[in-house]
Amino acid sequence: MKDLGKVNNPFGDDKDFAGCSIFGMMNLEGKRFSSADPVKAIANMHDRGNGLGGGFAVYGIYPDFKDYFALHIMYLSKDAKEKTDRILASRFHIIYDEEMQTRPADVHDPPRVWRYFVEPKKGQPEKLTVDDYVMQAVMRINTETGKAFVFSSGRNMGVFKGVGFPEDVAEFFCLDEYEGYLWTVHGRFPTNTPGWWGGAHPFNILDWTVVHNGELSSYGINRRYLEMYGYKCTMQTDTEVMAYAVDLLIRRQHLSVELMAKVFAGPLWSEIDEMEPEQRRLYTVLRQTYGSLLMNGPFGFLVAHHGEMVGLTDRIKLRPLVAGTRGDFLYMSSEEAAIRLVSPTLDRFWAPRGGEPVIGRVRNPAVIEDLTGESA
Amino acid sequence: MERDERRCIRCKVCVNQCTYETHYYDSEEDVIRSKDENCVNCQRCVTFCPTNAIVIRKNTNVNRENVNWTAEAVRDLKKQAESGAVILTGMGCDKPHFTYWDRLLLNASQVTNPSIDPLREPMEIRTYLGAKPDKVELETEGSRLLLRTVLAPQLCLETPIMFSAMSYGAVSLNVHKALARAATECGTYFNTGEGGLDQSLYKYGKHTIVQVASGRFGVHPKYLDAGAAIEIKIGQGAKPGIGGHLPGEKVTKNVSKTRMIPIGSDALSPAPQHDIYSIEDLRQLIYALKEATSYSKPISVKIAAVHNVAAIASGMVRAGADIIALDGVRGSTGAAPKVIRDNVGIPIELAIAQVDQRLRDEGIRNRASIVASGGIRSSADVVKAIALGADAVYVATAALVAMGCTVCQKCYTGKCPWGIATSDAWISKRLNPDIAAERLVNLLVGWSLEIKDMMGGMGINAIESLRGNRLALRGVGLTETELKILGVKMAGD
Repeated sequence: MKDLGKVNNPFGDDKDFAGCSIFGMMNLEGKRFSSADPVKAIANMHDRGNGLGGGFAVYGIYPDFKDYFALHIMYLSKDAKEKTDRILASRFHIIYDEEMQTRPADVHDPPRVWRYFVEPKKGQPEKLTVDDYVMQAVMRINTETGKAFVFSSGRNMGVFKGVGFPEDVAEFFCLDEYEGYLWTVHGRFPTNTPGWWGGAHPFNILDWTVVHNGELSSYGINRRYLEMYGYKCTMQTDTEVMAYAVDLLIRRQHLSVELMAKVFAGPLWSEIDEMEPEQRRLYTVLRQTYGSLLMNGPFGFLVAHHGEMVGLTDRIKLRPLVAGTRGDFLYMSSEEAAIRLVSPTLDRFWAPRGGEPVIGRVRNPAVIEDLTGESA
Repeated sequence: MERDERRCIRCKVCVNQCTYETHYYDSEEDVIRSKDENCVNCQRCVTFCPTNAIVIRKNTNVNRENVNWTAEAVRDLKKQAESGAVILTGMGCDKPHFTYWDRLLLNASQVTNPSIDPLREPMEIRTYLGAKPDKVELETEGSRLLLRTVLAPQLCLETPIMFSAMSYGAVSLNVHKALARAATECGTYFNTGEGGLDQSLYKYGKHTIVQVASGRFGVHPKYLDAGAAIEIKIGQGAKPGIGGHLPGEKVTKNVSKTRMIPIGSDALSPAPQHDIYSIEDLRQLIYALKEATSYSKPISVKIAAVHNVAAIASGMVRAGADIIALDGVRGSTGAAPKVIRDNVGIPIELAIAQVDQRLRDEGIRNRASIVASGGIRSSADVVKAIALGADAVYVATAALVAMGCTVCQKCYTGKCPWGIATSDAWISKRLNPDIAAERLVNLLVGWSLEIKDMMGGMGINAIESLRGNRLALRGVGLTETELKILGVKMAGD
């Protein structure tokens, strides 16, 4: 992936600098809906991006293949596909694969994009969970093949992203033909040259996705902390750091989403000092332990996985985020206008405080089970 | 020594203030004269002269210039030829070639992220020192969230600056008093050094780190209990590999009582701790101290920054140290052989960078905090040390200067004209602990404001986001290798 990383940031800056628009929409009953509203909403924030990156994460998209991991892979060379196919064949049963359906659109230099539905082969090392097994394979393809990149690797969900405005990326991937119950969308405004397609958002590992607007002043230490836990930050983006931090705290260390928010955007010491003793102890320990994962500097992000969408900004809210509900729908967006465009009337609309997470969950756990093919 | 006769009013303040007997009054001619050879250029007389009559000038009467055989080298040779002794000195290395701080520059936010205004927004510099767990473990009981993780004891610093070890005896009781009061007022800590703690200062124990050094001076259960943390002193930046030297003249009645040694006896602490000849021995002392204090306080281990500092530090963490104090080659002292002070050890900047990186590579950085010392002159040095990877810093010379020290490097004589590095009752009265404490508080308050300004400029509002954040730094005038060891990029890159 080192080579690809270079393509992403040809000037060797500390990291990518980018501003953005983000939009998220979910149906709290887990009912699927089309791309029409998410695309309309993100297109309304056209000027927050500059055509150098756009992308979508869609959950509940492959109900017929929900038991299999859906890998979306972009290839920058023919050779890379052959190498990747060999790696995949040695580790997975490939249930179905195809070149992704695309149509001509105003996007920049598209790579070849393939989709695979795979099932891990039996006889994997015992210590590894299925998730770890898939994640290792993804990391291996991304680092070893040089010109192949797995940009989506969850079950019954898919990421579509590329270099272009998000509405054009949607056109390219024919998103009008898909449905999902949870969509997060991103329009990007990087300050450097057109990057490569993998550098666009959402960033994904397994069924976790992050879309992110901001620039972390704490990037240097966030990254070094994650390196201590074996994460290799090769893409030089804040979003990558954010995604790994989510993985570490939630998947590996089993913190709740609420507490993760308090790690990323922790309360001030002066606030902690005023808390009840039990709570004070919790927050003191949390901040002392995870101080290096405090995300300092402006950010607003949407993190999603099956059944859940979380919006959060930095603790002094240097990036915008608003939220609204209407019926079974929850909306989160950089700008209010984008929400009002697709749902002029809202039951509730609010601007969450800095550091205060907005959490949307599918109401019925049985629905999540049905969506993922496993107990949630 | 130049005295303007037209200005001099014969008040004799210079005569009375000079502890080196440089000035004397010639009553026959009603004139004040000087023995220039006694002058150490401490500026005491210059400061006190009410008519600004005194100027101390560098003696231009020196041997033919030679870059190898400098005036200093020649003078030292002569001194040694006369005495057959080790040349002593005080304070930190005064040579220019070890300072990396001046070749590191800080970052600031422009456009893509906003700088934060510390006058209008919260800006947090509180720092906790001590071992941190790998992760937080919780349990849910119904709707309640129960914390399972038990945190190791921590020191809470309201500003990431502590007063470094200066022993009672080397400095006067008034100095300890001022340091203790200032540390208490600022919510930080002062370190007793290796000479014990006078009973009258036990009340400041919550803001005191008590030191246990190779001489074990003044170490007893009540002393250990009095402190908020215990520091095992293995080495000191000014004199790595050798023990402390307190000449018998400085061991007065009170010093003798606190140090638990006879009056007038030289307090020479052994070069090594004689119960620590290896890393497993260190572990035993760390746990002996933890046992003795019921695991109620963090144990710090202080070493001089030397060649294999990263590997040594890793061993120290594995041996159970909660805090690692690193003292660089520019670290100060009350008395040390000059040859050692100026030639042994490595610069603290390189030591911080290497230790922080090694502990991260081994996945144990969270198990101990790093405190850096040895030549921290300003708040910018503090910020740079923290960005390199330190949790906090110790300052000593800066604190002494705040109290009046002029860095004349004669601490080892025991005659400090500013009443600091002395145990002479008459001279030490010159330091008013109330005023000195106030000046120390001012220093820490001022530095803290400057640290907040620099952090805000970088768009960071909590110090943990600065700690180890080497992207906040860029180097100038450094070689590839130096940049690599420091883990920073070249400015412009």
